[in-house]
This record gives sequence, C-alpha cells and structure tokens, in this order.
Amino acid sequence: MAQTPKIAVAMTVNGQDVSARLEARTLLVQYLREGLRLTGTHVGCDTSQCGACVVHVDGKAVKSCTILASQCEGAQVMTIEGLAHGDKLHPMQEAFREHHGLQCGFCTPGMIMTAVDIAQRLGTPDEHTIREELEGNICRCTGYHNIVKAIDAGCQEMAKGQHRQAAE
Amino acid sequence: MYAFTYLRPGSVRGASKALATKENAKLLAGGQTLLPTMKQRLASPDHIVDLSQIDDLKNIEQKGRRIVIGAMATHASVASSALVRDNIPALAALAGGIGDPAVRHRGTIGGSVANNDPAADYPAAVLALGATIHTNKRKIAADEFFAGLFTTALEEDEVITKITFPMPSRAAYQKFRNPASRYALVGVFVAKRGRDIRVTVTGAGSNGVFRWSAAEAALSKRFSVKSLEGLSISASGLNGDIHASPEYRAHLIAVMTARAVAAA
Repeated sequence: MAQTPKIAVAMTVNGQDVSARLEARTLLVQYLREGLRLTGTHVGCDTSQCGACVVHVDGKAVKSCTILASQCEGAQVMTIEGLAHGDKLHPMQEAFREHHGLQCGFCTPGMIMTAVDIAQRLGTPDEHTIREELEGNICRCTGYHNIVKAIDAGCQEMAKGQHRQAAE
Repeated sequence: MYAFTYLRPGSVRGASKALATKENAKLLAGGQTLLPTMKQRLASPDHIVDLSQIDDLKNIEQKGRRIVIGAMATHASVASSALVRDNIPALAALAGGIGDPAVRHRGTIGGSVANNDPAADYPAAVLALGATIHTNKRKIAADEFFAGLFTTALEEDEVITKITFPMPSRAAYQKFRNPASRYALVGVFVAKRGRDIRVTVTGAGSNGVFRWSAAEAALSKRFSVKSLEGLSISASGLNGDIHASPEYRAHLIAVMTARAVAAA
C-alpha cells in the first residue's frame, strides 16, 4: 500500500510549542497520547459520547477524539497534565481529591477539564446547572454525586482565586 | 478512518474550487458529525476541505430586522450571542440544547444545516423562522432548501456562507430527547411573524424536517394552546424505530407543539 502523505502540524500544548509531521487523519487525542506521550487524556468510547478525552483548545473544552490534529494548527491546547503548577494541584484537581470525585479514575481527566471549562464559562453555577453541563461526560462508577460536589467546590475555589488575583 | 488528503483554503472561493476539482471532496466545518461518520467508515472522502481558517464565516450580526449568522458560527457562540438572545431567544435556546457543551464548542450551524440529519435541531428553526440560506452562488429560501434525509438543494461545489433569520414576534422550540442519545425524538419549533405562523417538526418525519400545516392553520385563527385542542397528526410518514413507534411520535408532536405555543 502506498504511504499516505504527511502534513506539518504545529501547536502549543501546555505552554510548549510542538510540531510534527502527521497523517492527515491523525486525531488530536492520538497525537497527544502517542506522539507526545501525554497519556493523561483518555479514550473511552471513541464516538464523542463519554468525554474521557476532553481537553481545552483555545480555552474551550472539546472532545479530542472528534477533532483532527491538523484542525489545531496554531492552537493553544491544554491537557490534564498542564493544570497543576509543579506539585501544587489546580484547585479543581484538589477539589476532586478532597470530595473523592472519582472511583476508578478513568473518566477523571475529562471530568476535570470539563469542570474547569464550566468554572471559566459560568463562574459558580448551581447544582442543577452542573449536572446539565456534565451531559457529555460519563462516569460508570460513582453515580456523579461526589463529582458534582467536587465541581461545586472547585468552582468556588477558582472564583476566590480570581478575586484574590483581582485584589492583588 | 481511511486516509485522505487535507486541504485548508483561505477563502470560500478556494473551498468551492476544491470541491469542484478534487475527487470525492467533502467540506469539514466543526466535524462533530463528519468525523464520527468517517471513523465508522460510513464516509470515506478522498479530500477534506477544512473551512476553519476562513474567518469571515464566523460573524453574527444584525441587519435591520434580521439576524445574520455565519455558517461557521458554533452552537456555543449562537447560544451565548447577545444579539441572538435578545432578538430570537428561541434560536439561542435551541443552539444551547444541541449535543453537549464540548460538541457545542465545535459544531456549527452551517454544518448542521448542510447535513440535514432528520433528528437535527437547526433545520426546525431554519424552516420555522423562514430563514434564507446564503451560499457562494445564491440565496435559497428555507422552504426550497431541505430536500429529504441528509439531502439539500446544495450543489456539489456550493458552500453555505451565512444564514439570515427574520426576527419573529413569538417563537419557541420544544424537544423531547431520546433519553440515551439525547437527540430529538421529536422537536417542534413554533414561530409567529406578523400573520405568518409556522410549525415545524424534526426528529419524526421519515423525510426529514416538515411543516405541520394543520397546526399552522389552527394557530392562524388564534395563537393559543386552545386552538390546538383535538388536533392530531397522522402517524403515516413518521419514523418508527426501537425508540419510538410512528404512533408515539405522532402523539409527541401534538404534545410538543402545545408546549411550544405555551412557551412562545
């Protein structure tokens, strides 16, 4: 079989400029996991339902299994690996730990990336809104109660952090 | 997914030229339908023409009594647009109820309308609001645009550039979701503009979106839930599947129409 031609792709992932020559059909999640070895982003369903692969592209939560790497040319991509500052967890990660918002952990990276997106768009939404916003993220262990609690707490913490930043 | 050649034109003209000259070429808008379809190998284009670098396709603006939405405007941007929320809140609400938040960040109005999925939400709004679809070649009235399942009036090298929505005096969309897929089992959009009243149904018709003319006539006498009392729609020509029989869909159409009129 003839080799499929490759195309040059360049983007910023977790603050670092990266580039590669990829087959056009390479999905963003494939590039992240197999090309950059950032395996925190998971593939659950591969059919855009489960949300385990959610990352941020230009500040917005997207399903990285349903976007080509080439569509991210020049984009700012943020994965779960990019949230923490060294050993200091992001407030949303800390909230998931504090409220035990996980059991097996498989859906957690996508949950947290969606949760940060919720906080960035909606500030501190009520419980009903958080549940609605989780429509595209499926957890098969927890029954969601602790995830919702964690997101509520994480949103509050992120809002406080913004006030602190504004005050400084 | 099968391999393909990826093209990223900088202009609508370039995109149209690629469609016309490249073998088995498909436009890629937000990709929220096309990419899953390609992954399932239900579609295998040889050329993918990505529209994402054509900036002037994303604008949302007001022109007189019309809201003009660029074909590449995402569902999230339509849902959160102050112009749309203030002037056609039913359209903003519809956009905010498509798929899930991550899908809404990528999926586009042009992609949805061009695909004409029988369970898609946007076709109901486009038809009910009497919108006009603008392409690189012409303007197409909504009534002329939708031509059956996954079929539209678009020609092979035609590219949707924007969609113009006249502002209604009253409008609402009500959707009964499939509990698992969250797609519209039945969605009804009701719109009133002057004396023109339209009731459109998505998710139910075996030929895609359609107007329920009997309900339109009833509502023309008086725009009230009361006008719909006793009105039903035949199950013939409606979809039946494991999720809902044609008879159940017919029942849902009447229920969702009444809810939409009440909400409008």
